[in-house]
Amino acid sequence: MTREAYHKALKNLEDEVLQMGEMVANAIRNSVESLQKRDINASREIIKNDLLINKKRFDIEEKCILLIATQQPMAVDLRELTSILSIVTDLERMGDHAEGIAKINILMGSEPLVKPLIDIPRMADIGLSMLDKCLKAFIDRDTETARRICNEDDQVDALHDQIYRELLVLMMENHRIIRMATYLTWVSHNLERIADRVTNIAERIVFMVTGKMEEINVSKY
Amino acid sequence: MEKESITVPEPIVNIIDLVLYYGKTKALKGINLDVSKKKITSFIGPSGCGKSTLIRCLNRLNDLIESVTIEGSIKIDGRDIYDPAIDVTDLRRRVGMVFQKPNPFPKTIYENVIFGPRIVGIKKRGVLDEICEKALKKAALWEEVKERLHTNALDLSGGQQQRICIARAIAMEPEIILLDEPCSALDPIATAKIEDMLVELKKDYTVIIVTHNMQQAARISDFTGFFMLGELVEFNVTTGIFTNPREKQTEDYITGRFG
Repeated sequence: MTREAYHKALKNLEDEVLQMGEMVANAIRNSVESLQKRDINASREIIKNDLLINKKRFDIEEKCILLIATQQPMAVDLRELTSILSIVTDLERMGDHAEGIAKINILMGSEPLVKPLIDIPRMADIGLSMLDKCLKAFIDRDTETARRICNEDDQVDALHDQIYRELLVLMMENHRIIRMATYLTWVSHNLERIADRVTNIAERIVFMVTGKMEEINVSKY
Repeated sequence: MEKESITVPEPIVNIIDLVLYYGKTKALKGINLDVSKKKITSFIGPSGCGKSTLIRCLNRLNDLIESVTIEGSIKIDGRDIYDPAIDVTDLRRRVGMVFQKPNPFPKTIYENVIFGPRIVGIKKRGVLDEICEKALKKAALWEEVKERLHTNALDLSGGQQQRICIARAIAMEPEIILLDEPCSALDPIATAKIEDMLVELKKDYTVIIVTHNMQQAARISDFTGFFMLGELVEFNVTTGIFTNPREKQTEDYITGRFG
């Protein structure tokens, strides 16, 4: 094989995407756990760590640009680099959604939750599992898995709709909880967006492997 | 115009106010540049910009052209190579050169590689064998030719012949290897092999390469100098030149907006 240094740099970049994925997964997991435990300090930590995620995204972007500028990547390599640029944007936004959940926990302060958290952690679990499979599919160039991930997003959407309906009912019954219930709809919305971002990544993986831009996660509306 | 220049780590070559005339024509107009030790430095620029002229100054090949006059100085390891006391043969041993067109001698592979060491008086077969193997390994050619060291070097492919020429230069254990368009006669795969080899070689040697192919400079070099009409327009780390050049002329050239 020729161009060893270049191929090694590409491989390192893949590792960095995985590292960033891990950072984002931790942020999502911790954001929901802090909400469950009502741990304000843990939420503050997530907000602080989001800066590291943002920095990682810039680092990866810069490395992609350097490789494109100096190594003339072609074909699958070019698709991989442009896909990484898109993937890290999605990952960074997912980090922002986790940060959003952390901010909501802080805003809710010490007031009690309007309902026990059951479906929200479930949404987070599905989202995290989607992300995990998606990052594996990225490394394995596995379009089958990437396509299947998009179906799982439907479960997250359904949970979001369900949570929204439940909270609306609660708010109609008792207008004094509107503030706290609205906060929870925001949390649910953040988790719903996180799963959507995973489907964006899955679409990029399909493009990276096949060279075809496809909309896999078709809107139900 | 005085251009901003960068400081390179461990400079081994210092080019100071270098001016070169071919007769009355000023081909280099006051070049100032340092070359870093055990790095790859490339010179790029359009035809006639002076990049080949400059590289030929570094082992005094321009001495062979009668009309050439030089002002300023070039120091290697702190010593002016245009000092009359300098032994030019020794300089050319320390600063090896590989040219655009592969030019192996019409001899065997073995004889080509040990040509230099033999000229300087090494006679022992065992030593010469060792030099040959080491140089061919460094030139990433050993595996391809070890079974046929005593066949004619001209029977090899262009890419292999060019690596023979690099092995021939390495056999003299130079400090610096100059390459003047070493891949312009080669196909992309042979080019990639040479490029990989150069990246390996910089562990032991300082490499200076002139190339028309600016993508090649981008791929392999640590530092890049962009020349135009005998002037050094910009000298910078390669990633800087190719992602955010300081000079508009450099940007115009590398983005194809020049000329």
